[in-house]
Amino acid sequence: MSNTCKKGEWVEIHYVVLTPEERSPDVPEDTKKVPLECWIKGWALTDGTVGEPVEIRTPANRTVKGTLTRVNPGYTHSFGPSVPELLYIGQELRAMLKEDE
Amino acid sequence: MARDLSYNAVMARRGEIMKKALGLEYDEFIQSDIAFDYEGMMEKTGYSPEEVRQIQQQSGVGNTPLLELKNITELVRKTSKKGYGARILLKDEAANPSGSFKDRRASVSVYHAKKLGYPGVLAATSGNYGAAVASQANMANLGCIVVQEVFDSRHVGQPEIIEKSRKCEAYGAEVIQLTVGPELFYVSLILLEETGYFNASLYSPFAISGVETLGYELVEQTRARYGKDPAYVVVTHAGGGNVTGTARGVRKAGAKSKIIGASVDLTGLHMASDHDFNRKSFTTGHTGFGVPFATWPDRADVPRNAARPLRYLDRYVLVTQGEVFYVTEALAQVEGLERGPAGNTSLAAAIALARELPEDEIVVVQETEYTGAGKHPQAQLDFAKRNGVKVIRDEPKQNVPGKVIAIPEHFSQLTFTEVDLDRMRTSYVRNAVTRSKVAKVTQEEVKFLAEDTNSSADFVVSVLETLGVQA
Repeated sequence: MSNTCKKGEWVEIHYVVLTPEERSPDVPEDTKKVPLECWIKGWALTDGTVGEPVEIRTPANRTVKGTLTRVNPGYTHSFGPSVPELLYIGQELRAMLKEDE
Repeated sequence: MARDLSYNAVMARRGEIMKKALGLEYDEFIQSDIAFDYEGMMEKTGYSPEEVRQIQQQSGVGNTPLLELKNITELVRKTSKKGYGARILLKDEAANPSGSFKDRRASVSVYHAKKLGYPGVLAATSGNYGAAVASQANMANLGCIVVQEVFDSRHVGQPEIIEKSRKCEAYGAEVIQLTVGPELFYVSLILLEETGYFNASLYSPFAISGVETLGYELVEQTRARYGKDPAYVVVTHAGGGNVTGTARGVRKAGAKSKIIGASVDLTGLHMASDHDFNRKSFTTGHTGFGVPFATWPDRADVPRNAARPLRYLDRYVLVTQGEVFYVTEALAQVEGLERGPAGNTSLAAAIALARELPEDEIVVVQETEYTGAGKHPQAQLDFAKRNGVKVIRDEPKQNVPGKVIAIPEHFSQLTFTEVDLDRMRTSYVRNAVTRSKVAKVTQEEVKFLAEDTNSSADFVVSVLETLGVQA
């Protein structure tokens, strides 16, 4: 992944919405210790460098400022490796269907 | 003057912001701190079933197939006493444009937003509803923002939620990805104020009237094909809209089918906890939403929630995460339907429920949802293991939310735990009086509480007595 973006490129930015002190009084203790953070994707309004501030235009046409985190951000979620605990269920059920009453 | 965007200032403006963003006046329906005219609100502000059908026809929503699960029914009969094991039918809601029943809710909200001239729609949800709103917004040429709770403080997110972000972005929506916390609502309020978008709340009368067609259709389809009504309609229960909308549709179709809610039991995991967030292997359809939303519906992002599950639930049952993953695999392997996983919560419950009924009865499972990378048992279980959750094959009672996922060893082990609805009704009444801080409840309010909990005036009065509140 590139460390820099050109104006007009699809990027992701990050910013802190609420510091721990600014958070809702209703959050549990562990959550209260950490800030409320936000990531948004959009098109860079200027050239930028990862870790530096940059402004973006979002898909809903808003202008938002944050720290550049990714350039051309994609997705890496997947189906994951086989899960042995699931692998035999199909065979077991087919065998059951073949059994006589 | 610049808007004050501090947490307290924005929350103080919530009433005003919500009113503008829904274009709906709740005041005329509110009778007191406790009571409001629910049916009046639904009738006056929602849409009739005929109107909803028309709206949904034009946006490709609804009329989904009702599939008979022949092999699963056969397996149920093999594990039931002789002559028992109802036929199980499945409403394939994954056939909706964005892949879930949430299109029904979104279609009416988006139609309404368009009619009122809003420039766009906003939805605060980490579920399938985001994609549904984004998809419908595209058909209506409206802008769309989806606010999601995605990550813990390590910036780690469940594969299922990451997939839901991706799908919204695939539709061109602006996705706001947040870390854990109820302040998602605060962020949504700021955005509604800034953009002038419509609040496509899951809990408005529009959204709920959109689900009624689901109940209506499943009764019509069952009658047309089998000449009778379903004995049970099993509904995955989270925020309450699925239960409420479906039940209203079933009743409007004139069927007396029992409405049974089903959730995954995640007792003990705190929904707003940064630590617990990724210990859940289900992001919806679980007790973390199911119980609080049933016992206090007005915690929602609207002044009065149109989703009021206690009004409609005849029974509420819990299943485990392991059972839902097991039936998701079963559905793919013996029925050829790769769906879910969270939407299969009701299927897991339906299997054990069908064993209670004779063979000639019918149980309808009223939804499926699309599956894909991340949103899949394999991805979710792999993620669970990597987050220290033990995955084993064992009896369902070995499940410990956040610690152990036990995938059943045999079909006959599928079961459920019955929730005592009277306890939930009691808890609802307690919430209603403590939140409104009243010392005395009027006859009108007793009547409302009885209706809202599907109980009786005597029941409500007996609960009030234990709370030291005069009726």
